Amino acid sequence: MKFEGRVWKFGDNVDTDIIIPGRFLNISEDRILAQNCFADSRPDFVKNVIPGDIIVAGSNFGCGSSREHAARAIKASGISMIIAGSFARIFYRNAFNIGMPILESQEATDAFSEGARVSVDLASGEIRDLSSRNRYTAKSIPDFMMEIVKAGGLVKHIKAKGLV
Amino acid sequence: MATAMTITEKILASHAAKEQVSPGELIEVSVDLALANDITAPMAIRVFEELGVKRVFDPEKIALVPDHFVPNKDIPSAEQARIMMEFAHRQNIKHYFELGESGIEHVILPEKGLVLSGDLVIGADSHTCTYGALGAFSAGVGSTDLGVIMATGRIWLRVPATIKLIYQGQLRPWVGGKDLILFTLGQLGVEGAVYKTLEFSGEVITELSMEQRLTMANMAVEAGAKNGIFDADDTTRTYVEERSSRKGSYLSSDPDASFERVINIDTSEVEPQVALPYSPDNVHSISQVDPIALDQVFIGSCTNGRIEDLRVASEILKGRSVAHGTRLIVIPGSPLVYKEAILEGIAMTLLDAGAVIGPPCCGPCPGGHMGILAHGEKALSTTNRNFIGRMGHPKSAVFLASPAVAAASAILGRIGSPEDL
Repeated sequence: MKFEGRVWKFGDNVDTDIIIPGRFLNISEDRILAQNCFADSRPDFVKNVIPGDIIVAGSNFGCGSSREHAARAIKASGISMIIAGSFARIFYRNAFNIGMPILESQEATDAFSEGARVSVDLASGEIRDLSSRNRYTAKSIPDFMMEIVKAGGLVKHIKAKGLV
Repeated sequence: MATAMTITEKILASHAAKEQVSPGELIEVSVDLALANDITAPMAIRVFEELGVKRVFDPEKIALVPDHFVPNKDIPSAEQARIMMEFAHRQNIKHYFELGESGIEHVILPEKGLVLSGDLVIGADSHTCTYGALGAFSAGVGSTDLGVIMATGRIWLRVPATIKLIYQGQLRPWVGGKDLILFTLGQLGVEGAVYKTLEFSGEVITELSMEQRLTMANMAVEAGAKNGIFDADDTTRTYVEERSSRKGSYLSSDPDASFERVINIDTSEVEPQVALPYSPDNVHSISQVDPIALDQVFIGSCTNGRIEDLRVASEILKGRSVAHGTRLIVIPGSPLVYKEAILEGIAMTLLDAGAVIGPPCCGPCPGGHMGILAHGEKALSTTNRNFIGRMGHPKSAVFLASPAVAAASAILGRIGSPEDL
């Protein structure tokens, strides 16, 4: 799986209340959640995000609440994948479970700034800065998680494997 | 001879039908209780239906608890609650609770004896880690994981490494479980225990009531931990046996189990603690915190909405009044806590002091309703998170502290300790 897109840059400890504030959790449709993604912290996000864009963030991305609404809001907004220094554990599971690829690379996180263009090869973990041509290697995704992402999420993975 | 294991490893091994497990290993485990609430259940139900499964794996091992936006705060919330209620009826879910018997999930499940020592509990709520207080393994997940568990009764987990915290020394006046966990978060930081287990131990812990242990385990996730846990002891046994006829396995870590890190904490040095905006690890001793004027004080939540919390607050508020210009909102965590508060005279003390008492639910903690903050408002709260906009306007601010500090601050109209009264 290969991705190419424009970077939205975030800092450390982006919590799920920042991604989707609690007051918007009275609805669980992905499309509507996406309309309120980063509503308070980055009001420009929903207006300007284009399909294929990539979030690059610092450490502990997605900390706080277990709300899968956060991962779904990001995915439904058009973001193709997230690169972060590290992820909070529930968000990490949620992202794979809904079929949204994520990679961990502190190096890439330190190097990229807002608006940079980046290409990513998920299988090899190679992240390239398309202007400087610099390359970074992310932590490899465990095979088991890779299977889930390739299937398009946990539900499709389970159905394809005939596990239910 | 069997390899030494931590209590977390023992519970995970037994639920994976293995002799032993070690940190880093991916295992598949059976789930004793799966939990969701009115926010996370509708999404989990959608996942369950996408799987094409007709019946849940076991209608007696699922708990569905309306607590976040109930009593329904608006039409969309009402629709969400109805989706959960209808699913519960359709699937004969035994532990679905309607208003009147329902309260905050992490308050009512231990109270009703639904979680025992040695159990493996997975919930679509990050504070599911609360049940570690009972010597259970419990962790939060998202709705997709929960939907799959409702269909299969199973989940994959990575065995976490354990950080052992040893608390020794005396407890200063007005210092309790909330202060100990806030102090610990200040030491560890919000990513200090990501993917790991926090194991609470030491002579101070042995003396703590179950309610204080529930408060501490509740906030393990604030350090990024997968679970927080306590060895089962006599306090656990008494608490569990009074509430359940099911038999628990009272487990503890082997003395020679391997811990990734051991941290010693001298509690004699710990004052009442306050977490300043906008992170639960931004923790300071109360003597170091400015006497900031407060618009609101909130006592409640899955962290501090139990009867012992209300008893402490009432002891301080008795014969005193909430400061002019400050609102005090108290929300008992369950109908049982509410009833006890009435029987013990606590409710009257709180009302006489000028508090308003809300119906058992999460209240303003997750920014839903019953105490949302306006632009620029400051609140001191016994809850677990003070992220930007957590309880309302993104320009509001939340300070986290114990029920004792909350009660004192409500009287003073500013952040302060019971010692200041």
